Amino acid sequence: MKEERTSSGRLLKAPENFLNLEGVRTVFAQGKQGRRDFIRKAFITATAATAAGVAAVATPTAWAQGNPLPSEGGDPHILNLPAHATGLGQGVATEGYGKPSQFEANLQRRQSPGLTQTTQASVSFAPLQSLFGIVTPSGLHFERHHQGWWDIDPSKHRFMINGMVKSAKVFTMDEIMRLPSVSRFHFIECGANTAVDWGNVAVPTVQYTHGMLSCSEFTGVPLITLLELAGADLKNGKFILAEGGDGSSMTRTIPMSLITSGEVLVAYGQNGEMLRPENGYPLRLVVPGVQGVSWVKYLRRIEVGDKPYAAKDEAIHYMDLQPSGLHRQYTNIQECKSVVTTPSGGQVLLDKGFYNITGLAWSGKGKVKRVDVSTDGGRNWRSARLETPVLSKALTRFNLDWVWDGKPAIIQSRAQDETGYVQPMYKQLRDVRGTRSIYHNNAIQSWLVQENGEVKNVQVS
Amino acid sequence: MFKFHKAVLICAALLSAGWAAAQSAKYPGVGRDATPKEVAAWDIDVRPDFKGLPAGSGSVAKGQDVWEAKCAQCHGIFGESNEVFAPLIGGTTAQDIQTGRVANLTRADYPGRTTIMKVATVSTLWDYINRAMPWNNPKTLSTEEVYAVTGFLLSLAGVVPDDFTLSNQNIAEVQNRMPNRNGMSTAHAMWPGKEFGSALKPDTSNIICMKDCVPQAKVASFLPDFARNAHGNLREQNRLVGQQKGVDTSKTEGKVGASVVALAPGTAAPAASLKAEDGKSESKIAIALLNKHVCTACHGMDKKIVGPGFNEIAKKYPGKAEYLAGKIKAGGSGLWGPIPMPAQALGEADAKTIAAWIAKGAQK
Repeated sequence: MKEERTSSGRLLKAPENFLNLEGVRTVFAQGKQGRRDFIRKAFITATAATAAGVAAVATPTAWAQGNPLPSEGGDPHILNLPAHATGLGQGVATEGYGKPSQFEANLQRRQSPGLTQTTQASVSFAPLQSLFGIVTPSGLHFERHHQGWWDIDPSKHRFMINGMVKSAKVFTMDEIMRLPSVSRFHFIECGANTAVDWGNVAVPTVQYTHGMLSCSEFTGVPLITLLELAGADLKNGKFILAEGGDGSSMTRTIPMSLITSGEVLVAYGQNGEMLRPENGYPLRLVVPGVQGVSWVKYLRRIEVGDKPYAAKDEAIHYMDLQPSGLHRQYTNIQECKSVVTTPSGGQVLLDKGFYNITGLAWSGKGKVKRVDVSTDGGRNWRSARLETPVLSKALTRFNLDWVWDGKPAIIQSRAQDETGYVQPMYKQLRDVRGTRSIYHNNAIQSWLVQENGEVKNVQVS
Repeated sequence: MFKFHKAVLICAALLSAGWAAAQSAKYPGVGRDATPKEVAAWDIDVRPDFKGLPAGSGSVAKGQDVWEAKCAQCHGIFGESNEVFAPLIGGTTAQDIQTGRVANLTRADYPGRTTIMKVATVSTLWDYINRAMPWNNPKTLSTEEVYAVTGFLLSLAGVVPDDFTLSNQNIAEVQNRMPNRNGMSTAHAMWPGKEFGSALKPDTSNIICMKDCVPQAKVASFLPDFARNAHGNLREQNRLVGQQKGVDTSKTEGKVGASVVALAPGTAAPAASLKAEDGKSESKIAIALLNKHVCTACHGMDKKIVGPGFNEIAKKYPGKAEYLAGKIKAGGSGLWGPIPMPAQALGEADAKTIAAWIAKGAQK
C-alpha cells in the first residue's frame, strides 16, 4: 500500500479494507441478486443507509485522504527532485503548431458505436466531461458530416448570391475577408443532440448524451452586408436558401428576419484561426441559436426567395414526429438546456468530501438567466454561480460547491433563459411530444452518484 | 460650362444605376456580377412549387436500370435495405395515398420510418437525388436519370404505376398522390420568425421551484450491465488528472468500490498517444487510400457494412495479396452476401498497396 500513499488525486482505499466478514457476504449476496436490482434500490436505500448493509459497509471509518502524509516524512515527489527540475528542457518552436500534453490524449472526439454504418455520414461527439469554461478547442469540436469532409483550397472557393437580388454576385475569399468583420461567441448544437435518450437511457457519458454541442468565437461578415451588396429584395424575399459546395451540397431555409437582425454570419474564423476543415473551411454559415444543420459548411451560395425550400434536411430529416403522427417541420431553434459535466456518467468520485459541481447551460433565444442544481433527484434545488462571460446564444459555465457525504445522490441542473422559459423535465416534454421526435430533446439530465463513487446516466420518475 | 455638364452627367449615371450600385459604392472593388452561365451551374435547387425544376422526363423502366447500377448497392434492390442508410420505401398504403396521411406514423409500435413515410413533397426527392446522389459520386446523374430514378422509387411505393414516365408536365399531379403530403405542421414555437404565422408559446412550461418540488426520485431507466463497456473503456475517455477519474468499464462493476481499486497508481491506462507506433506507417498509408477511394463507405475496419469488414477479409485471405488486388479491381459477387461489389476504378499501385495491407492482417 506504499504506492497508494504517494499517489496524487483523491484515492479511496479498497473497500475490502473496511469490510468485516458479514459485510463481504452482504456484498456478494447483493451481487448475485443482479446489478439491475442493486442500482434500482441504491438510491432508495440511501435514506436508511445504516440499515442497508451495502451502504453501511462502503462507508469508510474516516474520510480518506487523497493527499496523505507518507510515513517517510514527506512526499517523494517533493523530496526527490524530478528530472524536469534538474535538467534542461526543450527549445522554442520544437513544435511549429503546439499540441496538448501527452497526458491529455484521453480527450478525443469519439463516435458512438452502432449509431451509423459509415464514417462519412456520421457524427463524432465532443468530450464535454473534460472541458473547462465555454470555448471548445477547435480540434475537439463535434463533427457532423453528411457526405464526408474536405480540405478545400481557399483560393479556389467562391461564394455566390442570387435569386431575388438586383444583380447576382460572386465573391472570392479574399474579397469576403476584406469586408468589415465581427467576432462573436456562439454555441452550435445538433438538433439531434441527446436524441438517443428520448425513450430511455441509451449511452453512458455526457460525451454521448450531449456531445453534439460546441462553442467557439466565430469571425466573419454579417450576411446582411453581402445581401445589401447584391441589392437583395429584403421586403418580398422572406427566406434564404443556404447551400454547401461539397458533395452533399447541404441546403437549409432561413428566415430573412434573422438575417436583417445582423446575427447571421458568413464566417471564416474560429477561435482566432481559420475554420477547421471538419467545420467547413474556408467558409460556413453561423446561425446563432439555430440547430447545427443550418450552419451550412463549405458555403457556396445564398439564394433569396419568397417561399421555404423543403430541402432534404427539412422535409425528410430534422423534422419532429409528434404523437398525432404529424411531423413538426422547420423546427430550428435550440430551446434552453443545461447539463452537469462533472460529476457525470462514466466518472468516479474518489472519496467523500468537497467537489465542484460544474456544467454548461445555453439557450437559442438569448442569454441564460439562472441555473439551479439538485443533488436529490429534483426535490430540492440550489442556485449555481454563472461564470462570466454570460453571452447571448453562447454556452454559459455554471459552478456549485458540494460536499458529498458518500451517500447516493442524483444530480440535475435546470436552466432558465432571459425569456423566462425554464428547461423542462422529461415527463413534461414527453407529455407533449411523446418519445419519437428524435430532435430537440432539451430535458433535464440526471446523473446517479453511487456509494462506490461511480456515476451513472439515469432517468428518474 | 464644360465642367458643369460633366458633373451633371456623372450624377445622372449614378442615379440610373440605382440602389444596388449605391450599395456597391460603399465597398468599391469587392465582388462582381455573376454571369448567367455561373448562376446556371450552381442554382440547382428545386422548390415545392417546382420553381427550379428543369424540363425533362424519365421512365420507371429506365429508373430501374439506373437504380440497379448506381443505387441498389447501398439502398437494396427495392429501396428496403437498412444496411447502410435508413430504408427508403415501405410502410405506406393505398389508403395513405388517398388521405395524404401515413397511418403507420400514428403507431408508437411501428418499427422505423422510411423516407416515403415521411416526405410530403416530391420536389424534395428530385432535388436531393439530383444534388447529392449517388452518395460517393454526387451530381453525376443526368436530368433524365433523376426523373427516372425518382419515378422508379415512387413506383416501388405504389404512388405511380410501373409503366409511368415522370416529367415536369405531370409532377404536380404526382405531388397530389404523395402518401404523407398532409403530414406536416408548422404550429410550433421553434421557427425563428413569423413567416408561418404568429409565433406560438413554447409547448412546455416548467417553473422555478426550490424546495420539496417532486416526491422522492426513483431511478426509472439506466444502462443494463451488458452495455457497461459498449462505448469502450470510459477510464480512457476522461482526463487523467482532476477531481474525478473515468470508471474502468473493462472490468465488471462487481464489488462496491471495485472501480476505485482499479485506479491504484501504476495501473493507470496508458494514454492513447503513448501506445507503440511500430508498423503504423504501412497501415496509415493503406487506410488513407481506403478513405481516398471511399472503400470505407461499404467496408468497415472491423465490421461488415455492405461488404465484409477488412478484418474479415484479412482472416479469410491471409497472404493472398495478388488475389485481393485483382478482386478490388474487378469486383465480385456471391462470396460475402447478396449485394455485389462493383469493379473499382482505382490505380494498380493503390489496389496493390491496399491488398498487401489486407493480406498482412488489416491492422489499424
